[in-house]
Amino acid sequence: MAGLSPPLRGRVGERGTTDAGVCGLPLSLTLPRKGGENPSADASLTKCNVLPSVVVAKDHNAILLHSIDEAAVRAGLSIGLPLANARAICPELTVYDADPAADLKTLNDIADWCDRFTPLVALDPPYGLFLDITGCAHLFGGERALLQIVTHALSRRGFAVSAAIAGTSIAARTLTRYTSGQIVADGAEATAVGPLPVSALGADAAVTIGLRRAGLKTIGDVAARAPHEISARFGADFTTLLGHALGRGDAPISPRKPLPDYIVEKRFPEPIATDTVIALTLSSLAKMLVAAMDRQGKGARQLEASFFRTDGAVRAIMVETGRPVTRPEMIDRLFRERLDALNDPLDPGFGFDLIRLAAGRTEIVVRQQRDLDTTVHDNDEISALIDRIAARIGGERVVVHLPLESHIPERATLALPAQHHLAAASAAAWPERVTGEPPLRPLRLFERPEPIKVPFASVPDGPPHQFTWRRALHAVVRVEGPERIAMEWWKQDGAALTRDYFRVEDAEGQRFWIFRDGLYESKLRDEEGRPVPANWYVHGLFA
Amino acid sequence: MNGARMGTLASLRGSIARIEAPSDATMPNRIALGHAGADAMLRGGLAPAALHEVFAAGHQSGAATGFIAGLAGRISARKPLVWVRQDFSDRENGALSMSGLAELGLDPRLLVTVRAADVDSGLRTAADALACDALGAVVLEIWGQARQLDLVASRKLTLAAQASGVTALVLRIAATAIPSTAETRWIVRAAHSPPGHAASVWGAPRFEAELVRNRHGPVGRWIMEWKCDECQFSEPSAHPQPVAAAPANRPHQAQARAGHRLAS
Repeated sequence: MAGLSPPLRGRVGERGTTDAGVCGLPLSLTLPRKGGENPSADASLTKCNVLPSVVVAKDHNAILLHSIDEAAVRAGLSIGLPLANARAICPELTVYDADPAADLKTLNDIADWCDRFTPLVALDPPYGLFLDITGCAHLFGGERALLQIVTHALSRRGFAVSAAIAGTSIAARTLTRYTSGQIVADGAEATAVGPLPVSALGADAAVTIGLRRAGLKTIGDVAARAPHEISARFGADFTTLLGHALGRGDAPISPRKPLPDYIVEKRFPEPIATDTVIALTLSSLAKMLVAAMDRQGKGARQLEASFFRTDGAVRAIMVETGRPVTRPEMIDRLFRERLDALNDPLDPGFGFDLIRLAAGRTEIVVRQQRDLDTTVHDNDEISALIDRIAARIGGERVVVHLPLESHIPERATLALPAQHHLAAASAAAWPERVTGEPPLRPLRLFERPEPIKVPFASVPDGPPHQFTWRRALHAVVRVEGPERIAMEWWKQDGAALTRDYFRVEDAEGQRFWIFRDGLYESKLRDEEGRPVPANWYVHGLFA
Repeated sequence: MNGARMGTLASLRGSIARIEAPSDATMPNRIALGHAGADAMLRGGLAPAALHEVFAAGHQSGAATGFIAGLAGRISARKPLVWVRQDFSDRENGALSMSGLAELGLDPRLLVTVRAADVDSGLRTAADALACDALGAVVLEIWGQARQLDLVASRKLTLAAQASGVTALVLRIAATAIPSTAETRWIVRAAHSPPGHAASVWGAPRFEAELVRNRHGPVGRWIMEWKCDECQFSEPSAHPQPVAAAPANRPHQAQARAGHRLAS
């Protein structure tokens, strides 16, 4: 987890549920700590920091300690102390400013790393993560082993971690606040969280203080009261929270990413770094994925390859397809195109130890017998071509065009990604052209009309005799117009002006589509209130 | 079909084309433009499955786009068209307008536009698209003097076009011609409308097309007019707009009136 602000802090709570949501695992990274609790803090980090360091944040115009490290705890500092007091206690303090954005990024990086254990990872800001490990724990040798893998790996990287597995997310989170490494069996949540102080619940400060004032010091004390007493005093939200902590009912976690339909992955005991091996791995994964999808008659519309580096960084690369993909070589080719075209190539660093291929969105494939009708085949080929181009240069760069109900020239067409709208575009109803008429609309249209200089017009609201566009003077020889196009007053709060369009041909034979922005007798005024003539623009070029 | 078989087929096609070439004035499979003079010079029309280049000065982009759209319309009226454009070209010359394309008689439903960020990705995309035989034509539009579009690049495009049978059209605006493997090379400018009253007339698109390179024949220079309704080029008409034909089954009005006067 690169790029941390020096004193690491945070409490990452993770949890997962195994066996139909009966068991959960929260894992907590804790660096800010109050008093004497001392989870398995990383020794290397804290011991080399002999001088105490603190992170400060401004709260109501006071600079308070936001989080502190081990040495600072030993020096007698505590979270929430004003910085001035802390300096008085411990003059050799190293002070850092809090950076919540960097903290959140770090938390997200850790969550990326946690994706290797389960696809369901939820953030619990500011310092927590939930992992739903339903059906995943056995892949890592059981819950105990999984918990150890997670805590060891994170603490080796310099995080202080506190983790727990419990049936509900709130119970697991509550456990991580004061202990680490607990695994609570089904139905034993109440006894596990009972002895913990009420502050472990993570309720509002007002509620926590209120509970303490009422003499309810531990969660067990609160649970012993009748629920209606508690909710009358502290509100229904708190009762629900308490119920979840005690294992009665569960709040669903909200994972960061939607669960993919299919996942295949390959783990390497020895990290791999060469392009050949990566490509081979991807193609073998593609075969596995297709085999899995094929059993259920599915094809992938969206594929994501994730590369987990040994140092914890995760790179995810996504490709989308216009039609469900059912052939491994197609998947292989799409990823090859995408990887070739990356602006920042895949950096293996010290190697990848896990490569995963997931089908994020799948569709049922209707198998058709190939007949001699070539158009069906052609459509397949074209969508395959579009997929390949889109994989390399991006889906938004390959577009098809749809007509839009608007008479304003620059809004009459909609450009949409071809992958998703190819069928709609080939069935679109474009306005019929008038037979026998020369073109009424230009072939090239400027997205932003370009201003031109018009010296004078023979008739006040007529076309110009000459105009200057891009520093070249064009003498107008032929004119057709005006065609008056009023703006959509019902959409634009009356700001846009009516345009008078002229088709003009200059002495060289070039044809332009120019317009006067605003009617001749419009009430255009400059800043000092003097009337100004309407502006002229060139909007397009005719063939 | 694998590459070796493709290569064999292409070479066989080439030798057949060489055998057939001198025998007849018009070659088979040629796509007639509609302009008699140009078609005669091209021995029947534009060669499919080859590379054709259209050059134009920076300020003539409208006419050049119209000309290449016309070529694409002649080559594949009913098959999809892939138009690869640089982002910069959009800003410099304006984007291709679908209503304008429809006005020229082409079908916007068959158009897939690729907006390439630079020349390299444009070239690669065009080569990819040329390999797809379901397409009718591929237009590659490049603005300015592109160093990347050299003999090697144009050879690649030509080979891809020969292998798949898709025609490659390259539109070069504000560029000077360098050696390439193109079958034909055109320089296009806008042409005047036919003489008429200044403030009244507005006719079909007209181009002054100069054929500066023709691999298998002479070159020439013509004024061409694009017939939007028939979707083909033609000789320039004397009148900017169609003139009503004289009625065949009605006597001349002056005579009729004279007769009427006589009778009364």
